[in-house]
Amino acid sequence: MLSAALLLLPGLPLAGAGATEEPTQESGPLGEPPPGLALFRWQWHEVEAPYLVALWILVASLAKIVFHLSRKVTSLVPESCLLILLGLVLGGIVLAVAKKAEYQLEPGTFFLFLLPPIVLDSGYFMPSRLFFDNLGAILTYAVVGTLWNAFTTGVALWGLQQAGLVAPRVQAGLLDFLLFGSLISAVDPVAVLAVFEEVHVNQTLFIIIFGESLLNDAVTVVLYKVCNSFVEMGSANVQATDYLKGVASLFVVSLGGAAVGLVFAFLLALTTRFTKRVRIIEPLLVFLLAYAAYLTAEMASLSAILAVTMCGLGCKKYVEANISHKSRTAVKYTMKTLASCAETVIFMLLGISAVDSSKWAWDSGLVLGTLFFILFFRALGVVLQTWALNQFRLVPLDKIDQVVMSYGGLRGAVAFALVILLDRTKVPAKDYFVATTIVVVFFTVIVQGLTIKPLVKWLRVKRSDYHKPTLNQELHEHTFDHILAAVEDVVGHHGYHYWRDRWEQFDKKYLSQLLMRRSAYRIRDQIWDVYYRLNIRDAISFVDQGGHVLSSTGLTLPSMPSRNSVAETSVTNLLRESGSGACLDLQVIDTVRSGRDREDAVMHHLLCGGLYKPRRRYKASCGRHFISEDAQERQDKEIFQQNMKRRLESFKSTKHNICFTKSKPRPRKTSHKKKDGVANPEATNGKPPRDLGFQDTAAVILTVESEEEEESDSSETEKEDDEGIIFVARATSEVLQEGKVSGSLEVCPSPRIIPPSPTCAEKELPWKSGQGDLAVYVSSETTKIVPVDMQTGWNQSISSLESLASPPCTQPPTLTRLPPHPLVTEEPQVPIDLSSDPRSSFAFPPSLAKAGRSRSESSADIPQQELQPLMGHKDHTHLSPGTANSHWCIQFNRGGRL
Amino acid sequence: GSRSSHIALIPDVEHIRRETGFSQASLLRLYHRFQALDRDEKGFLSRLDLQQIGALAVNPLGDRIIDSFFPNGSQRLYFAGFARVLAYFRPIDEEDATLRDPKQPEPLNSRMNKLRFAFQLYDLDRDGKISRNEMLQVLRLMVGVQVTDEQLESITDRTVQEADEDGDGAVSFLEFTKSLEKMNIEQKMSIRILK
Repeated sequence: MLSAALLLLPGLPLAGAGATEEPTQESGPLGEPPPGLALFRWQWHEVEAPYLVALWILVASLAKIVFHLSRKVTSLVPESCLLILLGLVLGGIVLAVAKKAEYQLEPGTFFLFLLPPIVLDSGYFMPSRLFFDNLGAILTYAVVGTLWNAFTTGVALWGLQQAGLVAPRVQAGLLDFLLFGSLISAVDPVAVLAVFEEVHVNQTLFIIIFGESLLNDAVTVVLYKVCNSFVEMGSANVQATDYLKGVASLFVVSLGGAAVGLVFAFLLALTTRFTKRVRIIEPLLVFLLAYAAYLTAEMASLSAILAVTMCGLGCKKYVEANISHKSRTAVKYTMKTLASCAETVIFMLLGISAVDSSKWAWDSGLVLGTLFFILFFRALGVVLQTWALNQFRLVPLDKIDQVVMSYGGLRGAVAFALVILLDRTKVPAKDYFVATTIVVVFFTVIVQGLTIKPLVKWLRVKRSDYHKPTLNQELHEHTFDHILAAVEDVVGHHGYHYWRDRWEQFDKKYLSQLLMRRSAYRIRDQIWDVYYRLNIRDAISFVDQGGHVLSSTGLTLPSMPSRNSVAETSVTNLLRESGSGACLDLQVIDTVRSGRDREDAVMHHLLCGGLYKPRRRYKASCGRHFISEDAQERQDKEIFQQNMKRRLESFKSTKHNICFTKSKPRPRKTSHKKKDGVANPEATNGKPPRDLGFQDTAAVILTVESEEEEESDSSETEKEDDEGIIFVARATSEVLQEGKVSGSLEVCPSPRIIPPSPTCAEKELPWKSGQGDLAVYVSSETTKIVPVDMQTGWNQSISSLESLASPPCTQPPTLTRLPPHPLVTEEPQVPIDLSSDPRSSFAFPPSLAKAGRSRSESSADIPQQELQPLMGHKDHTHLSPGTANSHWCIQFNRGGRL
Repeated sequence: GSRSSHIALIPDVEHIRRETGFSQASLLRLYHRFQALDRDEKGFLSRLDLQQIGALAVNPLGDRIIDSFFPNGSQRLYFAGFARVLAYFRPIDEEDATLRDPKQPEPLNSRMNKLRFAFQLYDLDRDGKISRNEMLQVLRLMVGVQVTDEQLESITDRTVQEADEDGDGAVSFLEFTKSLEKMNIEQKMSIRILK
């Protein structure tokens, strides 16, 4: 399998390699005057560079696909090994064809383009708590460990040379060896990440090794630069002050790099605070500013890796809170894609570069000596440092951890790029160093990478045990943190917990206030986050294993009127506001129906759920600034519904038993509504005949147009700007005349259109009354969903309702304030225009609160804002009696978001 | 207190040492701290003494933790009690576990005792159960102001439901430990300095 892939793949680069030679052939014709308009011109050289880059990435990606075709291979061999081998083969082929080595891993390319994405990815997604919990150990290994490795390796190699074990043609003094030691000693983040991602050691171990590989960059850079300049000056000219400067530069480079990173993290967080109206550039900002941090640090010759790491680490909390959910996803995937691309290309290029024998000069003594020393001193260093660290660590690192840490000291592309950067005139032994570095990198990545998995298994290293977070754990963890901070206070020891507590208070008081949108800050809470994520997960699994839940009996609730969560909060509040009269009235509607009705209801729901639902029609979206909803969003919508249901049920069990049956406001968003020119697609509802003098249903349309300004801040977080929300309170959600059942049913576009849970009225089917013959569908996007023939009817109904909205109301909104109404007289006439458009449908809004939280949860924090509009617009609820008769809906429409 | 004080000056030191398992150095250190907190040199600590520790005042659980130093409504905290509470946070030594005589009661810093300490911070009425209301109060302390009451209630419901196995709507100590069985309590409830 693999070999077949390798045979197949070289075709591409070969084409590239062959093509590079074409410009020389074309140069002839170029000089001549153009023979006229050419129908077809071959302009390879104009696109050569980007084309080759694209081809390389494509080859690398295809190679990845091929590798992963076989699970067996990838489970045994780390991807990085395969890529290096592939690179070797490709390089060999290029060499054979082109007679010279093309495509090296250029240090410039590597440091400016390939490394940043990887470091950003790892910094941004670094588990910060874990990182800081182990910061002491990480710093020790990164600083002391790297210094130790560099000096011991360098000195030992020099000793080896003095002992005559290195051939005399390797012209290098102590300083050269120290320089070589400094570049070969650093553990490489790319290699570590590539290998350890597939070996699931426990988190502490991983964060220590990986954190070390990231933070040691500062030390490596300093050592490398200091040694390099010493070598260039010549050892005779180095003065004592230069050594001091070298030490000082360690601090400058590391702290400076970190500072640059933090400054950019601050800027980034601050910028994303104000992107509310231009959501689309949010992901871009993240990448731009992080990259700017990298380049700035590089420019000031500070530690760029440290800068990006700190930038990612520092900004994440605030950025994630500020940007929209979609942007969050975009950032995540783009980052992962870029990092994985860069990693792939790096390893492949490493393999290819190794083929270039012109840069090589082999010396067995040097190579073997280096291999031995880096392994030996790494192990020794780890053991010594761990011993010292364990005096201070609460949880000591045991022997097995130390073995893995010693063995996991992989060297990689950073070392290679640094060695290529050496100046041959100043460092005469450069070729030997290059060869040695290549061998070391290959050895660590391939041999150690291959064996570390079996080793971990054999040593029974504690694996990472991922378990799903639970609310209890999250809560108790917070409790423990506070307890420990308090105990440290009592003991009077200002340790780690004390300072973390301090930092958190500072963060809460000032930083978060400054860097997060007010709305984001309000809802940003870790416990809440866990709660929210749990709900989402439950909802997803709920939907996954039972899409049928919507269909029928499973959902039939006890005699309780159903409400959804949003309804719950807003409606209860409404009721509180408007007194209990409403309650009483509503309860009336709940009175028991005959068994027959009940059966009908069940049957209806069965049909509704089980019948074929026509697919949604797609609407072309040409806006560049808004992304049309996709399957994911639809899924989210369903999730939201499920959530509402769950909450509804729990709510019922826990809370008041007030019946307001029909009020089932449901937040709906109609996106694109404005574009469509439909001002308020509203839901029309069939209504149940009510038993007592209440046989009329009122259409209540609450239109709250964009409360954006006041509420945007609170609500902006995860909504798209172009959506409105419609809350629908309806008396009956499904009222079909028997004759119309089939016809209307097929209008239901999708399961989500079916109300999540039958209202009381739904259960007791009211269609016997012969007048509430309106099919009720849920469709916000009426224009999209409603079949064409019904479109007109729908539009009519809308216009009728709109026109009706102005006349004074004889029937006050049932929901808001319900003095029992003497509307009996008007009851019989059903307005023609309305009855004629039974297909007006409801749909769940295309893009629901999907993002940050599904509505059910968001409902909880929204109510405050939600309510005001609802109350404030009571007047809008007035409708002419005619329409009121057959309808009963409250529509909530907010310009932008929930 | 004076720095020159010796371990022998601590009243009843042997007994305390056996009960808490603190090393002599730690005990001495704690005793110094105890004396420093005891401003009036009255020989015991009052609630006020602890409340005056600045950072404790802003700790959301500060009051409850102070309360746990004063069991059974007592108003005076002597050094023995002081050390006993802090002993819950002593890291667990491997030797401790192996050397310990099984007949003896569990050391104060055992996993169970650490959990019990945390549990009683929740369980205000000491009925051995964290009721929904008690959970709500803790959550209110923890999540701060930015979460609305409704959200808080639903979080509470879910938290209780999650841990509640027998369906009594409250979290017993057993259920509490079960909900935390995956967590490394030994590590999370220990402070290195309290050897």
